[in-house]
Amino acid sequence: MTTTSSPIAAPADLRDRRPNALREGLLIAGRDALHQVREPWGIVFGLAFNIMLILMFGFLFGGAIELPGGGDYIAFLLPGMFALAMLFGLESTMTAMSDDAKRGITDRFRSLPITSASVALGRAIADLGSSALSLGVLMIGGLLIGWRPTTGPAEIALAVVLLLWLRFALLWLGIFLGLSFRGPGATTAVQVLVWPIGFLSTVFVSAETMPSWLGAIAAWNPISATATAARELFGNPTGATSGWLAENAVVAASVWPLVITAVFLPLAAVAYRRLRR
Amino acid sequence: MTPTTNPQPSSRPALHAAGLRKHYGRATALDGFDLEVERGTVHGLLGPNGAGKTTAVRALTTLTTIDGGTAMIDGIDVRRHPAAVRERIGLVGQFHAVDEALTARQNLVLFARLSGISKARARARASGLLDAFELTDAADRAVAGFSGGMRRRLDIAASLVLTPAILFLDEPTTGLDPRGRATVWQAVRETAAAGTTVLLTTQYLDEADQLASRVSVMDHGRVIAEGRPDDLKRRLGGDRVEAVVADGTRISEAVDVIGRATGAAASVDPDTRTVTVEVADGARTLAPIVRELDAAGLAVDDLALRRPTLDEVFLHLTGGTAGTALDPVQEAR
Repeated sequence: MTTTSSPIAAPADLRDRRPNALREGLLIAGRDALHQVREPWGIVFGLAFNIMLILMFGFLFGGAIELPGGGDYIAFLLPGMFALAMLFGLESTMTAMSDDAKRGITDRFRSLPITSASVALGRAIADLGSSALSLGVLMIGGLLIGWRPTTGPAEIALAVVLLLWLRFALLWLGIFLGLSFRGPGATTAVQVLVWPIGFLSTVFVSAETMPSWLGAIAAWNPISATATAARELFGNPTGATSGWLAENAVVAASVWPLVITAVFLPLAAVAYRRLRR
Repeated sequence: MTPTTNPQPSSRPALHAAGLRKHYGRATALDGFDLEVERGTVHGLLGPNGAGKTTAVRALTTLTTIDGGTAMIDGIDVRRHPAAVRERIGLVGQFHAVDEALTARQNLVLFARLSGISKARARARASGLLDAFELTDAADRAVAGFSGGMRRRLDIAASLVLTPAILFLDEPTTGLDPRGRATVWQAVRETAAAGTTVLLTTQYLDEADQLASRVSVMDHGRVIAEGRPDDLKRRLGGDRVEAVVADGTRISEAVDVIGRATGAAASVDPDTRTVTVEVADGARTLAPIVRELDAAGLAVDDLALRRPTLDEVFLHLTGGTAGTALDPVQEAR
């Protein structure tokens, strides 16, 4: 390079860090988080929506719902809502990925000498962070309306870890969807489709009160596994008195996200590489 | 066209592409694309929409795969060593690739750090670039409130945190108002003056004329003409003299008079009452034309000497397809 006094030309030895996926992932996560702070309405609205659902089901419908095995409905509902909030997080991951790809930011990242995993890694760190924050807000809100965990700190911590573990798994689904489907209808489609997935679970009602075929579907829903495990670990009523899920909820809540990750993390990587076509 | 092996010359070009091919399904986007960009120059890549300019840039910057041919950036094979190529390029794509929610400074610090610069040095570098591109006053405002020209300048600055071996600018002024264009042109000139090699695609021919020392004209996925803007214009013929005859009924008389004065055959556009004649040396023939017209008592509304514009070169080279060249619709990817 020619040496000139122009401030545009970079000094030759300016670079002093080697490419490192974790460093770059954290930098991109910082940028993603800054986005969430600057444009917090997606997260705020998502939280408000969750709170509205809690109030609606907790107080409007809750009185009419009787749990198999007994127990307070608010105590049953809250852990389910925590799991549902993790599912809803899918939309924000998807939207953020597809917006970045549309706006050209992803191309800029891809033209930089950074490891290709760092864009997804950054998204994962940022979204997991904001979901943890949302979960914290929901838990405090739950405490205010009478939800109480009755177990020890270890169980409570495990419940939180399993909830975030589900969120982690759904990240890859969200990244895959966001990179693969960028049309204006895609986000709307996902917003609609999370509803049957969310409702066909034990989030709002026990599977045992459903027709047996429907109950079977609900019991096999990964959201149900996490919801039931969280109820168990918080010491809340599970609404499940017998059956496979009642006995193995924590195992199911550990394995389901692993399966989802095993399927969608590679698919997300493929979708990222397919941007090169 | 067969891919060539590239023996590395002593002063290797910043960019060397030979016989590049790229297909999207059945559509051929690049069909034997050749290009060589000399170090330290601004090279213009012109072409109508759909000619393959953006595909060429995306292929050369590793953003899209190449189906055939050779591409070297700074002597490094793009297909074999994309990671090494990414360390040597800067890209300003057609879509604004700066983060709207972040401030100008935050954008530059982020891209500097991602380019492998530590925090403190990244900050210093960001300040230097903000200064150089006259963005210091707006440095701590969110980019969302920036004008198009400011965004483009920031976009260029973000591509220059490390001086690239070659900076790709894909239609940098499309959609900007004249003032925005002027400031971006200034930024490109300063970037070139700092020694950076630039490949600039544009559909604005005056832009290439203003900024580029060499121009390649693209159509249907390949380069159909290459040279200095002046050479390309000369290829189309010499100067031309245009006379707008005041009295439309005497236009054939004017053709005879001008033909006699220049010794060349004149052409007529009756709609605009314009008589055009191509001449080897326009400045010298102007005086005889004026005298002869005067002697014949023919009044003219306008008499002008002009050289072929790059637009005309472009239309001439690309035939009918260049009719869409000034259509600001985004080129299909």
